[in-house]
Amino acid sequence: MSEALAAAAQPASERRMLSLVVDNAPGVLMRISALFRRRGINIHSLAVSVTEDPKISRITMVVDCPAARMDVVLRQLRKLIEVHWVRDITDAKRTERELALVKVNASPEVRHEVLEAARVFRARPVDLTERTVTLEVTGGSEKIDALIDVLRQYGIREVVRTGAIALLRGTAVT
Amino acid sequence: MAKTMVDRTTRTLKGAEVVVRLLEELGVRWIFGIPGGASLPLYDALYDARGIQHVLVRHEQVAAHAATGYARASGEVGVCTATSGPGATNLVTGLADAFMDSVPVLAITGQVVRPNIGTDAFQEADVTAITMPVTKHNYLVMDPAELPRAVQEAYYLCRAGRPGPVLVDIPRDVLQAEIPSELLRVPFEPRYQPVLDGDPARIAEAAEAISLSRRPILYVGGGAQGASEPLARLARRCRIPVTVTLMGKGAFDETDPLCLGMLGMHGTAYANYAINEADLVIAVGARFDDRVTGRLKDFCPHARFIHIDIDPSEIGKNKPAHIPIVGDARRVLEALEPLVQPPDVEAWWRQIEEWRTRYPLRWRPGRMLKPQQVIEAIYQATRGEALVVTDVGQHQMWAAQYYKCRRPRQFITSGGLGAMGFGFPAAMGAQFARPDDLVVAIVGDGGFQMTLQDLITAVEWRLPLKIYVINNGAHGMVRQWQQLFYNERYSHVFLRNPDFARVAEAFGAVGIRVEAEEEMHAAIQRSLEVRDRPVVVDFIVDPEENCYPMIPSGQSVKEMILGE
Repeated sequence: MSEALAAAAQPASERRMLSLVVDNAPGVLMRISALFRRRGINIHSLAVSVTEDPKISRITMVVDCPAARMDVVLRQLRKLIEVHWVRDITDAKRTERELALVKVNASPEVRHEVLEAARVFRARPVDLTERTVTLEVTGGSEKIDALIDVLRQYGIREVVRTGAIALLRGTAVT
Repeated sequence: MAKTMVDRTTRTLKGAEVVVRLLEELGVRWIFGIPGGASLPLYDALYDARGIQHVLVRHEQVAAHAATGYARASGEVGVCTATSGPGATNLVTGLADAFMDSVPVLAITGQVVRPNIGTDAFQEADVTAITMPVTKHNYLVMDPAELPRAVQEAYYLCRAGRPGPVLVDIPRDVLQAEIPSELLRVPFEPRYQPVLDGDPARIAEAAEAISLSRRPILYVGGGAQGASEPLARLARRCRIPVTVTLMGKGAFDETDPLCLGMLGMHGTAYANYAINEADLVIAVGARFDDRVTGRLKDFCPHARFIHIDIDPSEIGKNKPAHIPIVGDARRVLEALEPLVQPPDVEAWWRQIEEWRTRYPLRWRPGRMLKPQQVIEAIYQATRGEALVVTDVGQHQMWAAQYYKCRRPRQFITSGGLGAMGFGFPAAMGAQFARPDDLVVAIVGDGGFQMTLQDLITAVEWRLPLKIYVINNGAHGMVRQWQQLFYNERYSHVFLRNPDFARVAEAFGAVGIRVEAEEEMHAAIQRSLEVRDRPVVVDFIVDPEENCYPMIPSGQSVKEMILGE
């Protein structure tokens, strides 16, 4: 495929972070994810859990959406009956966290180096075997990316990430 | 708002009784459907229903289209029902059609008993998942206590804001469950409240833009069907030309000289020239569909857009709106109209009249009957007053071009989805909604064969429907595209047809076959005299006739083909 064709097929996407308040009920996530799927928009990460009100869940999602379509997609999300509130918080002042568990090769010869790297990133060892260390790390998604990059040289066996969650700072309503 | 039902005689009701009694309470008069295993309890409750009549159709697709036709003709919620699995999947096309054209339809489906859900039980299909993309909302009622609320909310959602179909899927054991009657007294609070009144600042801005425009045009869609009075006041007082979409037909009187008829792919040349030269497009309840706009970047290159729509997600979807107004079309136009100073449109009208004179809609008589000629004859014989329902294809476009509509909801057609097989069953639904009106179905030979088994239903109910088959022995629109864009390589488009008149007679309807012009008027007259059963008139028309003007798909007004 020529570059021009590729560009036509894939309009420039932007990574956007959305926060949704939705009914805590079966099928809600399917409705939301179907809305993105139908438009060919990839969900990069997704975190869902119940809020202080057991009937209400909060979804934090990071999507790769063509910039020109984001507005319409937000309005389409707002049309879903079970979606109470949607906000694009990409450009808002926010507190953002993600949690990851990273299982990395760590034979006795390199274990010290691995743990040293972990310390720099304030990652906590949560499991240790003769051949592996599992680290727990929280922070912004970029920090976790950076830790994973550093650990790559030792051989990463498995990674699991929760996906980013975020709230706006101060009294602002997310 | 839905009132809640009060029941003083029993302390519990079966789930199915709850459904039927709530529907009665909500004012539902007709249900179109077919029973089956999972919906047996519902049909048992319908056996005792006093206010609701059930129409037993022969295919669930017909139930959905009939409910849609009923809703389109009346503005009320149309209701259809089917059993689980294949019954429900047969509703899908009708729901998709209602979704695309924003028609309030409530579908109630039976589902397998709760313990069997997810086990690939007999006649099980994941109906809420299947219909999710083609309904406004849907419910799988797993808790009997939730049933009263689900039914009431579903009915409310059908018409709240932008109308659309809503489906309630009810497992058979929920239909059989005992539900405490006090649950029916719980007031129903809608979770969804559309914005109805437009922003006054935007409305003022729009009024000013109209007053200052020199080449304005009203682009009127299906969302304006309930706004015809303020729309007519605005257009007439300010002498603004009006073009209607396929869905907008009837929202403005097409016999008014201000009306340029339909625009878009098969719209009038003058409507397309006008909108593309306009400096201000006032879109009312229209969604800039590709069949209207053609290539988006070339659509209305000189215009600013006022976009009035009740659905915020339509605004800016295809074309950026300079003045977006979210709200109910009637309320917005009522607020807007008095604020507008009539713009100076003298030069604009001179230009439009020149186009109108130079590029009229036209057809040439030939040896065989011409489809346009048949539609004009139907138009004249019915004095332009019939409620017209069409199927999908060439005949649909000819009907839109040549049957000028004067009142809202006069023209019923599958616009967005373009579902062949729609016309005849939707006409049945429309006749149930308007028993005293003359209802005319204009269908093609291809589409009619997709649902004609239900002629027996129309005979059974003695519906005085007129079914006019524009028979060109082909999937005509596909044939036209193969001719124009695929080098006349006619691939699987020609139809060997039954004798539709004899088919009609076999069902107990009246059948008439027309092959020549001399027979045409008499046949139409005869069909109009039949009052106690449906009539099928099979018009054998020129198979070579093409539908023009035509803006080829994805092109602009510059590439419009005016005719041969």
